[in-house]
Amino acid sequence: MTGPARLHPQARASLLADYTVQPGVADELFEPDGAIRPVWVPFMNQLARLSPEDIAAHFTRGDQYLRDAGVFYRQYSADPQQERDWPLSHIPVILHEDEWSEICAGLSQRADLLERVVADLYGAANLVCDGHLPPDLVAQNPEWHRPLVGITPASGHFLHFLAFEIGRSPDGSWLVLGDRTQAPSGAGFALENRMATARIFPEPFPRANIRRLAGFFRAFRNAMDALPGADGRRTAILTPGPGNDTYFEHTYIARYLGLVLLEGDDLIVQNGAVQVRTVSGPQPVGVLWRRLDAAYADPLELNQNSQIGTPGLVDAIRQSNVNMVNALGSGIVETRAFMAFLPKIAEVLLGEPLKLPNIATWWCGQPSERDYVKDHADRMLIGQALSRALPFDIDADAALAGAFRGGQDQPLDAWIDANAAGLVGQEAVTLSTTPAWSEGRLLPRPMTVRVMAARTPQGWTFLPGGYARIGRSDDATALPMQQGGSVADVWVMRDHPVPDETLFDPGNFRREDIGALPSRAADNLYWLGRYVERTEGAIRLLRAYHQRLAEAGNAADTRLTRIADLLGGLSIDVNLPLQAALEPALGAARICAGKVRDRFSVDGWAALADLTSSLQALSGTLQPGDDCARALGVLLRKITGFNGLVHENMHRTSGWRFLTFGRAIERADGAAAVLLAFAGDNIAPGLPDVALEYGDSNITHQRRYRIDPTRDTVTDLMVLDANNPRAVLFQLTAMRRIAQDLPSAEVEGRVSAVLRALLPLEAGLVVADPVDITADRLLDLRRALSDISGRLAAAYLI
Amino acid sequence: MRYEIRLSIGNHYGAPSDHARTLVRLLPSDLPGRQIVSSRLLSVDPAPSERYETVDFFGNASTVLVFHAPIDRIDLTLRARVERLLQPAILDLSPDLAGLAAELAAYRSLGPGAPHHYTGPSPRIAPDPAIADFARSVVPPGATALQTVETLGRALHAQMRFDAEATDVDTTPSEAFANRHGVCQDFSHVMIAGLRGLGVPAGYVSGFLRTVPPPGQPRLEGADAMHAWVSAWCGAENGWVEYDPTNACTVNQDHITVACGRDYSDVSPVRGTLRTSGEQDSHQKVDVVPL
Repeated sequence: MTGPARLHPQARASLLADYTVQPGVADELFEPDGAIRPVWVPFMNQLARLSPEDIAAHFTRGDQYLRDAGVFYRQYSADPQQERDWPLSHIPVILHEDEWSEICAGLSQRADLLERVVADLYGAANLVCDGHLPPDLVAQNPEWHRPLVGITPASGHFLHFLAFEIGRSPDGSWLVLGDRTQAPSGAGFALENRMATARIFPEPFPRANIRRLAGFFRAFRNAMDALPGADGRRTAILTPGPGNDTYFEHTYIARYLGLVLLEGDDLIVQNGAVQVRTVSGPQPVGVLWRRLDAAYADPLELNQNSQIGTPGLVDAIRQSNVNMVNALGSGIVETRAFMAFLPKIAEVLLGEPLKLPNIATWWCGQPSERDYVKDHADRMLIGQALSRALPFDIDADAALAGAFRGGQDQPLDAWIDANAAGLVGQEAVTLSTTPAWSEGRLLPRPMTVRVMAARTPQGWTFLPGGYARIGRSDDATALPMQQGGSVADVWVMRDHPVPDETLFDPGNFRREDIGALPSRAADNLYWLGRYVERTEGAIRLLRAYHQRLAEAGNAADTRLTRIADLLGGLSIDVNLPLQAALEPALGAARICAGKVRDRFSVDGWAALADLTSSLQALSGTLQPGDDCARALGVLLRKITGFNGLVHENMHRTSGWRFLTFGRAIERADGAAAVLLAFAGDNIAPGLPDVALEYGDSNITHQRRYRIDPTRDTVTDLMVLDANNPRAVLFQLTAMRRIAQDLPSAEVEGRVSAVLRALLPLEAGLVVADPVDITADRLLDLRRALSDISGRLAAAYLI
Repeated sequence: MRYEIRLSIGNHYGAPSDHARTLVRLLPSDLPGRQIVSSRLLSVDPAPSERYETVDFFGNASTVLVFHAPIDRIDLTLRARVERLLQPAILDLSPDLAGLAAELAAYRSLGPGAPHHYTGPSPRIAPDPAIADFARSVVPPGATALQTVETLGRALHAQMRFDAEATDVDTTPSEAFANRHGVCQDFSHVMIAGLRGLGVPAGYVSGFLRTVPPPGQPRLEGADAMHAWVSAWCGAENGWVEYDPTNACTVNQDHITVACGRDYSDVSPVRGTLRTSGEQDSHQKVDVVPL
């Protein structure tokens, strides 16, 4: 810190007027004697210089950033697609680097200890044989996976990436509340917290003294790339998929680190090697950073009911052909009851006591411990021994301070005796408080800090800050975000400015080979293209319907019944409110987009979300006719916005090709379907106009033909015109060009199956006259397009 | 007693399956003092692209089959010659249930034979109060562990009706017990649930029964398909004791062991994953002929 650590009088007067530290509670801002901790002074003084309006404006900038970046987490609830905005608590937690270094030294020791414990439990199990760990806590543990016993990881290590939940106890010392070894989340969110606070507090000081986060990620990425067999093979993130509560983080980290994001279904195991199915065939994978719980990773050897795993993955691990970060089975050391034994195990395995104690824990399976828990139940949380939840993630089936959380009415002692081996008591620890903003002033709120650790060849390295959880009220059990708590950035401060850090080594520019597109991603992009185009076609037809309805005022009009029939073929009912009518097609597009969120731009996703919210905002009282037609016009402009963003900005990778191919095939098919209904053989006057309107081609028609639309003129413009982007031929040409750029477009002089079907179709239209395009010919065309879709799927997507 | 075993299992799928991977547990192994395998041969049709033998956590021989090309069926044929050694009558040296709990607590191991694997819930056997209550009601106070096993086995055999049609491979022990019927898998799962409810570690054994009974004796139930029975830990002295609740008998020379585990899920003879949505249909045929 430069200069004297003096608090601006304004800070004490206004910001901290209501900030009262409770007795017996440690506080981050104030020392026990009431003096402000010097590390906070520059920040508090800066805050004190801002007016309440300025502060509100600063916070809004951060929130706006998070919304624009699309940061969300998912709440496990009845609606699996429910997304919540990221609950940022705008005031950071500030820790001095000296204190942080001590924490890291303690956690480094703990990380080594956990590694030794996991290795023992999947090896000789000496901890059990020698009586340091009760056998039941392992044998009954759902995270002890027997098929993994006896397997030494290819890298020689089980644990590579960890998180620790730590808190400060009333005496000011730190203690470990929970170990996260299975698939720790938080690193990506920490980055987003930092991006947001950088926008809230952009002033160079104290910003310059805050330790940067990027170096940690660079070190971890380099460490993964250095694992045995990683060279020349892919490093990927294995996600459970869009239904997971932290899926956003998976897509975010994948983009940030340039890793491919895979689901279990993307992988196959052949000859003991893990391969990703791509549009260019199977490609080898060397490292999987796993965000999927082990039980679900392989339905053949682990949980048989898993729909999200990869059959044979355990076999590949057994044959040392893939590195898992972390090893399957590592989750066992998250078990609550282990906390009771780790202090002793540290002395046995490391020959030294824990540098950082963990939360005091007693396993009720031992008689004296059980009695102790019963005698001190009023100061304990008593819960499931094999639970992996953090101490303050309290389920209904637990007792806090002698009372059941779920309100059960039964004697505590009898409950403990009946379930002794299944229960642990944990000291009901009081967490420290830290400033949180509430209605124009700062209030003390309980907090825990999440510390991320990564194994590197030089030892454990730690993410310096980024993530703290803040309680909503004084109640320390309200911490989990699922219950309404919030998340804050953590600043680790140095006394002097820190050098800039970036993810990439400066001056070491290289262009990464991004590798072939996974087949599942290609499939989702292809269908995203189709569904968005289908939605657009439906909007156009619905608009035509309501415009005609406004003119004719009679739903029995032939033009109206024909449009209604055509929409019926797309499962769209013209009598439903617009929202209900269009939601199925748009919803399908959204689902596809949600599965490939890592592959298109944040703006593209925002445009799709905007379209959805515009649709949802449409009033149910919109009147059929003019009202609806105008609303549909608005939607049409929004969907065009999405298309514009995607097609103007997306790199011409194979992902773009599949998306565009999907759009083209859907557009060609839509045009053919409309032609059949409105400009086929023996068509009444007035109908071809609808086709022109669908094809946005009224003006061109007028200029070019100078007569009222006829079957032939409309067919000429909408099928055979190579320069009209709404014409079938134009789209066939676009599809053919894309197909020529796809992998294996030509092998040993033979063109691909997709091209074999496309080329004659295109040539046929190039040489056709409007009179040749009969209804039968249009039907054949639609069948051919469906066949091409099947060929594309067989060649690239399955 | 020496046997010639012939087994065929076929799985046929409605739609061809891409990249099928199958884990087969059909090969009997030597068991010291109990069983000697002189030959065993598993043939697979169509021929898999990859095939290798492994031994799982519980010591069961497992065969991994991988098919790179789409298949619409897998036909497996096992031919084995196995000798079952006569077991002497068991001298009951087992403790009562309180004593068993103490011996269990003192047993410090996580090896495949450790009783700790077999005390709690397992993938196919959840604790069931109805089964546990029934077990408590039939076992007299002070019974030894071995008496407990035999008493519960006999009681279940008397209560439950063998019915090859009433249940399927996914029936839970709770359902089978509530309806008091089932096949060997159900009898075994219910008995394991009951024993665990009483604190007796218990596991599941799959294998074969001799098809043709000795002269003058009735044909045993469950001999036309693979069979299953129970293994229970009766303390440090008696160790693991096998009992067949479907036929209310201790296991001796008429039973040939293939695999053991916590429940059916650990020993399922053919465990496979297919990328197919079509119907599946399977059949099984067993012949166990004394030589």
